[in-house]
Amino acid sequence: MSKQTETLVIGAGPGGYTAAFLAADLGRKVIMVDPLDNPGGVCLHWGCIPTKALLHIVKVMSEAEEAKKWGVTFSKPKVDIDGVRAFKDSVVKQLVGGTSRLAKKRKVEHLKGTARFTDGNTVEVALNDGGTETVSFQNAIIATGATSARLPNVELESDRLLYAKTALELENIPKSMLVVGGGYIGVELGTVFSKFGSTVSVVEMMPGIMPGADRDLVKVFEKANKKTFKEVMTNTKVASITEGKDGLEVTFEAAAEGGASKTETYEKVLVSVGNVPNSTGLNLEAVGVNTDAKGFISVDEQRRTNVDNIYAIGDVAGAPLLAHKANLEGRVAAEAISGEKTAYEPATIPAVEYTDPEIAWCGLTENEATEKGIEYEVASFPWAASGRAIAMGTSEGLTKLLVDPKTERILGVGIAGKEAGELISEGVLAVEMAAQVKDLSLSVHPHPTLSETIMEAAEAFYGHSTHIYRPKKQS
Amino acid sequence: MVKDIQLPEISENVESGSVMSILVSVGDVIRDGDSLLEIETDKAAVEVPSPAGGKITEILISEGDEVSIGQNIMKVETEAEAGGGGGAGAEDTGGGESGAEAAAAGGGAGGEEEKPAAAEKPTEQAPSEEPAAAAEKPKPAAQEQPAAAASQPAPEAAPPQRPEGVPVPAAPSTRRLAREIGVDIQQVAGTGPGGRISIEDVKTHAKQMLGGGAQPGAPAAAAGGGVPQPAPLPDFSKWGETSREPMSKVRQITADNTTRSWQTIPHVTQFDNADVTALEEFRRKYGKRVEKAGGKLTVTAMLLKISARALQHFPRFNASLDSQTKEIVYKHYVNVGVAVDTDRGLLVPVIKDVDKKSITDLALELADVAGRARSKKIKPEEMDGGNFTISNLGGVGGTAFTPVVLPPQVAILGVARSSYQPVYKNGEFEPRVILPLSLSYDHRIIDGADGARFLRWICDVMENPLYADLEGGQA
Repeated sequence: MSKQTETLVIGAGPGGYTAAFLAADLGRKVIMVDPLDNPGGVCLHWGCIPTKALLHIVKVMSEAEEAKKWGVTFSKPKVDIDGVRAFKDSVVKQLVGGTSRLAKKRKVEHLKGTARFTDGNTVEVALNDGGTETVSFQNAIIATGATSARLPNVELESDRLLYAKTALELENIPKSMLVVGGGYIGVELGTVFSKFGSTVSVVEMMPGIMPGADRDLVKVFEKANKKTFKEVMTNTKVASITEGKDGLEVTFEAAAEGGASKTETYEKVLVSVGNVPNSTGLNLEAVGVNTDAKGFISVDEQRRTNVDNIYAIGDVAGAPLLAHKANLEGRVAAEAISGEKTAYEPATIPAVEYTDPEIAWCGLTENEATEKGIEYEVASFPWAASGRAIAMGTSEGLTKLLVDPKTERILGVGIAGKEAGELISEGVLAVEMAAQVKDLSLSVHPHPTLSETIMEAAEAFYGHSTHIYRPKKQS
Repeated sequence: MVKDIQLPEISENVESGSVMSILVSVGDVIRDGDSLLEIETDKAAVEVPSPAGGKITEILISEGDEVSIGQNIMKVETEAEAGGGGGAGAEDTGGGESGAEAAAAGGGAGGEEEKPAAAEKPTEQAPSEEPAAAAEKPKPAAQEQPAAAASQPAPEAAPPQRPEGVPVPAAPSTRRLAREIGVDIQQVAGTGPGGRISIEDVKTHAKQMLGGGAQPGAPAAAAGGGVPQPAPLPDFSKWGETSREPMSKVRQITADNTTRSWQTIPHVTQFDNADVTALEEFRRKYGKRVEKAGGKLTVTAMLLKISARALQHFPRFNASLDSQTKEIVYKHYVNVGVAVDTDRGLLVPVIKDVDKKSITDLALELADVAGRARSKKIKPEEMDGGNFTISNLGGVGGTAFTPVVLPPQVAILGVARSSYQPVYKNGEFEPRVILPLSLSYDHRIIDGADGARFLRWICDVMENPLYADLEGGQA
């Protein structure tokens, strides 16, 4: 059997289905290939969405516990892991059912299987329920995503060795757990298991967890999470993992000065050390699509590969590996295919750690500014001076603006505290619009909200924030 | 060694052009300065000289391509020892310090060589290679460029300076608009706070690009608001067959320039007749002297000289209007353009310092530039800097017409066909040769009485050349 289409989208994650839907809206015939029953990819099935469902439960638990200080005492929570799993699964089911219906309404055909290029205008799809289908296309968008990377020096296959996807299956709540890799996935899932009752340790090769985030923001998280993790081993790497009688025996060695060097046993080990692109099974060699040394597909501003009619978006097209980046790329690729003058040129892709408290930033970070030698000034506002933050019990938070001292343009925004992930969007808008500090200080923010901290940070730039007093500099 | 040849700078503010024809093939051995291709820019068609000699190993462009300044167009295998010198030439297009030094020297020498070369081969029918060689003598156009730029400062030529590593200060909608209308946002100067680029800034930049850039300011700015768009076309096929062809660059530029002129300049056209019976007699006699020098004394050549005197006598016709500063800019030089009908459309080469040249020299120069305009050998800068224009349609016919002023000029002289007319003189009708003249001018700075005086002055001088010396002189 064979099919023909104008646009073929390989992979129906948040990038792929966005591209497919927009291409259909722009009048093109679209076929989408993905082995899962419904569109949504990792993000909806075992990434962003299920993690956030669990993190929400954890947040409710933390706040209930905190309420003790506010004069309300709840009894100690009982976690029914089956119930939690059912809630998480129901959230996923509702969302993927929605994307599936949206595909049908747009007449986007979903072939369930995996595609492999045979030439520059044809793929062969190995269908889930047996058999193959040949699809010929005018343009293809590769959106196959990425998969959790394995530890390079660990060959072991074990049920105790988890990755994000298997960890989210929530088989049980292990007594002890090691999280390898202190990036956002490791810290978020580590937090979940810790609150559910596991004793969680974290090992990170770099000098600190959440690499990429400015340290003052990470400190806010660390201060509030002194008890979340049993230990955080930084500057340390995993030398080996072997199957023991009661768990996995992990040997650590120092990656730099100050690192740990020991052997411990954990019931489960969660590996979250980054992702590898899903570019190998596509037979890209047959069409000559170029990838970089790590296997990420190289693309131009329109997300076009070196082969004119083939595009690549999302994780498979390189960093940052984030759904919201894939989403924009999907739209750009669909527009480019439809002949629009378009480009992937955001000024910033925001980053959020959905921990408790959250950490979020966009645009320039202090790390990056120092590295690149970009001149900047910081205007910050501690949440201890925010009425709303104190009332919400999140007074440890921090909002800061990075400002170009010559033009007073907002170059970056960093926020640590509850709801930081929601607050950062104002920062994104400011960076994209090339807003001036004045634009933020003169925009009235509703009182009392956490968003006021952005306005007050802007006022602080001029040295006269209402709710903090700084003596005038001697000139 | 194999060297890349880049498209050199062709003229000020010209960033790209489309390839009309490629004059060499792979395997050709070329010398430094040989023409490689013919390129059509916003302003003119130009032959592009090679900055290096050697054997062409690869041609990277094809006819019809849009090529940008600095883009690699060919690969040339140079001789080993030629490598050093040739290499410097190629690098000069990048505009290094050494390039600037070379430019001054190259430009000067080229300028001196050009005149004698042209004078030796004065006839219009000269073998086509000869004028080509003359045109290319001042060789790499890129090298001439800086010298020219220094002599006539362009107000907004340089792209704005912004810190590296920081996104361009423009909202996403502004960036997208720029992309859609083909403006490089990095080249746009921002007028907002902190240099923020507004949609208006992008539009202004686009207008300047269309206007040839060298003369931004008044008309472009004045054109600003509310220019009505043409109504959509009806379906012509209802009434019969149609076919379409793309407008050439010259056609598009003429369309844009005349539209802008018509929309920004309040035109008035004045008519008058000159009795040129005596002048025709003189032209026949004196023409022999010009013929001896290898030229032809045309009415246009004589009008060049007469207009120059008129422009000196009426300096306001030799001026431009700066509507932003509300000033009239008087020019202390007399450069006059002559409209030339070519198979690509209307081109207006400019004869510089007409007042300082003899009628024989003017006749020779006019024949040379007109010939080169028709054979596409004219350089864009030879069409810049005119103060006044003569458009002679007498060779074609017509009794009168209303020419369109070429901004930022303020007046244009139209010449129709002369004919014998009965003139009542001394009690009887005499056959006289009558030349109908039209003068269109910008009513913003020239009033009707001035227009009538100017045109009458020209007619008086044509009727009695002595008049110029009695009435004339520098005003």
